[in-house]
Amino acid sequence: MANAPKNAGHEAQVKYGWWYSHRFLVFRRISQLLILSMYLTGPLIGVWILRGNYSGSMLLDTIPLSDPLMMLQTLASGHLPQVPEQSGWAAWSEWYALIGGVIIALAYALFASRLFCGWVCPLGLVTDFAAWLRRKLGLRSSATIPATLRYGILVAIIIGSAITGTLVWEWVNPVSAFGRGLISGFGHSASSGIITGLVFGFGASIWLIVVVFLFDLLVVEHGWCGHLCPVGALYSAIGCKGVLRISAENRKDCTRCMDCIHICPEPQVLRGPLFGKQDSPLVLSKECISCGRCIDVCSEKVFQIKTRFHRSGVEE
Amino acid sequence: MANERDKGPARRRFLRDVARSAGGLAGLTLLLGIPQKQSQAREGVALRPPGALSEEAFNRACIRCGQCVQDCPYDTLKLATLLSPVSTGTPYFVARQIPCEMCEDIPCVKACPSGALDSSLTDIDNSRMGLAVLLDHENCLNWQGLRCDVCHRVCPLINKAITLELHRNERTNKHAMFLPTVHSEYCTGCGKCEEACVLEEAAIKVLPLSLAQGKLGKHYRLGWIEKDKAGHSLIPEALTLPTRKPEGGQ
Repeated sequence: MANAPKNAGHEAQVKYGWWYSHRFLVFRRISQLLILSMYLTGPLIGVWILRGNYSGSMLLDTIPLSDPLMMLQTLASGHLPQVPEQSGWAAWSEWYALIGGVIIALAYALFASRLFCGWVCPLGLVTDFAAWLRRKLGLRSSATIPATLRYGILVAIIIGSAITGTLVWEWVNPVSAFGRGLISGFGHSASSGIITGLVFGFGASIWLIVVVFLFDLLVVEHGWCGHLCPVGALYSAIGCKGVLRISAENRKDCTRCMDCIHICPEPQVLRGPLFGKQDSPLVLSKECISCGRCIDVCSEKVFQIKTRFHRSGVEE
Repeated sequence: MANERDKGPARRRFLRDVARSAGGLAGLTLLLGIPQKQSQAREGVALRPPGALSEEAFNRACIRCGQCVQDCPYDTLKLATLLSPVSTGTPYFVARQIPCEMCEDIPCVKACPSGALDSSLTDIDNSRMGLAVLLDHENCLNWQGLRCDVCHRVCPLINKAITLELHRNERTNKHAMFLPTVHSEYCTGCGKCEEACVLEEAAIKVLPLSLAQGKLGKHYRLGWIEKDKAGHSLIPEALTLPTRKPEGGQ
């Protein structure tokens, strides 16, 4: 018998306790907040771990990191810095952003699919909150828009940048706007107080976040991350061959309580590995955000983390 | 209780659709309303940090990372939000609020990872963030024959970027007017003059170069300059034409 969405994870909690049924959620929150705080230690206490924001930053003032979608837009719009005449790392300073985009893309490509979406993206806090409210309030109905729309938006952004010679997405990108608002907002809170700081940091961009929240809560379930966000679409493409995967290893124990389906932000990725007896139990879909919440909420311990090369568990 | 109030699936569907439409409309209204407010958001002219490429190239190159803003020691630079007068996320400053202090080591340019701020700018006096223009002759105190001179005196390149030019005061007929005059070959557009202007609304304003400067067509030649270049007059000896009188006499 399927459980109600608002009770997702309740059985696991009764059986194994709060910590077991929330481990990955807690780790994920720690990860999201840790990365945010690495940006904030600089402006707040003068210890610069990450300088910049989620669009681009310098790790410990030496390793550049940048948003691959930002780099694609920049390249498509026609910007390419000049090759420096001198040698040495410092002479390449105008290339740091592009090099940082390659570093980020490679790191996420190797590790796991959409790790950014699950473990880094600050907007995930907003969309997770909307999804949680939806479950608790029993808002199940939702308008339907195709999940592939985000890939269309991604392509449109690249082509649009090439045609217009501008970074078309960055005017309205709520992902970078949220990170930017938090970082410059808290950065100013030391001198002007938290509320004034945040109001200043977000400015009018706060409305982008409100729109995403309302859209996710009232219009389309997992609407932003699951259907529209081109940043996530790019990370799906980048991480499609990532090594770490969730596996429905013990799917023979599944009681079809649906807790994992209710909690999963991309529930379609679980269907094949969990219910399709012919499929591999590995969740190989590039849409999986590798959040591990299915492991948390399953009272039968069906899910485990494996590498994509793992082959056991296929039933004959 | 719940059963009494619940009048079945039709009612539930109706409530759901109302909630969803309201949510969608609220979102759409917000999105459409945002550009409508854009015109009210101007608090001065937005200027780019030193070393910024031309506006078009800058918008392409800038990755909105805010590192220039974080490295600016005077809080001059801000990152634009949705309603700022420049693209969201890009750095700008408003001279009347906090002008550029023209740091010798130019930390904002050093911080830029994308070349949006040209790393070949190493002497801040060569930066061209904009050009100061004495826009309002009618209210400028010096133009009224008074001695204010504040813009002149705060200029980091005093007597180069802003000079005081003497003109006869025709109202009194016995005094001079000291007219602040900006020279584009030196003005960096730092905005200290605009910040310091004592009027309620500054008479001198720093404008982006694209707004501040006209452009002479390539085909124009200024005779006196050409003459200096050549070292002599370029017009050949004046022609002397015979004078012809109507009656045929000489």
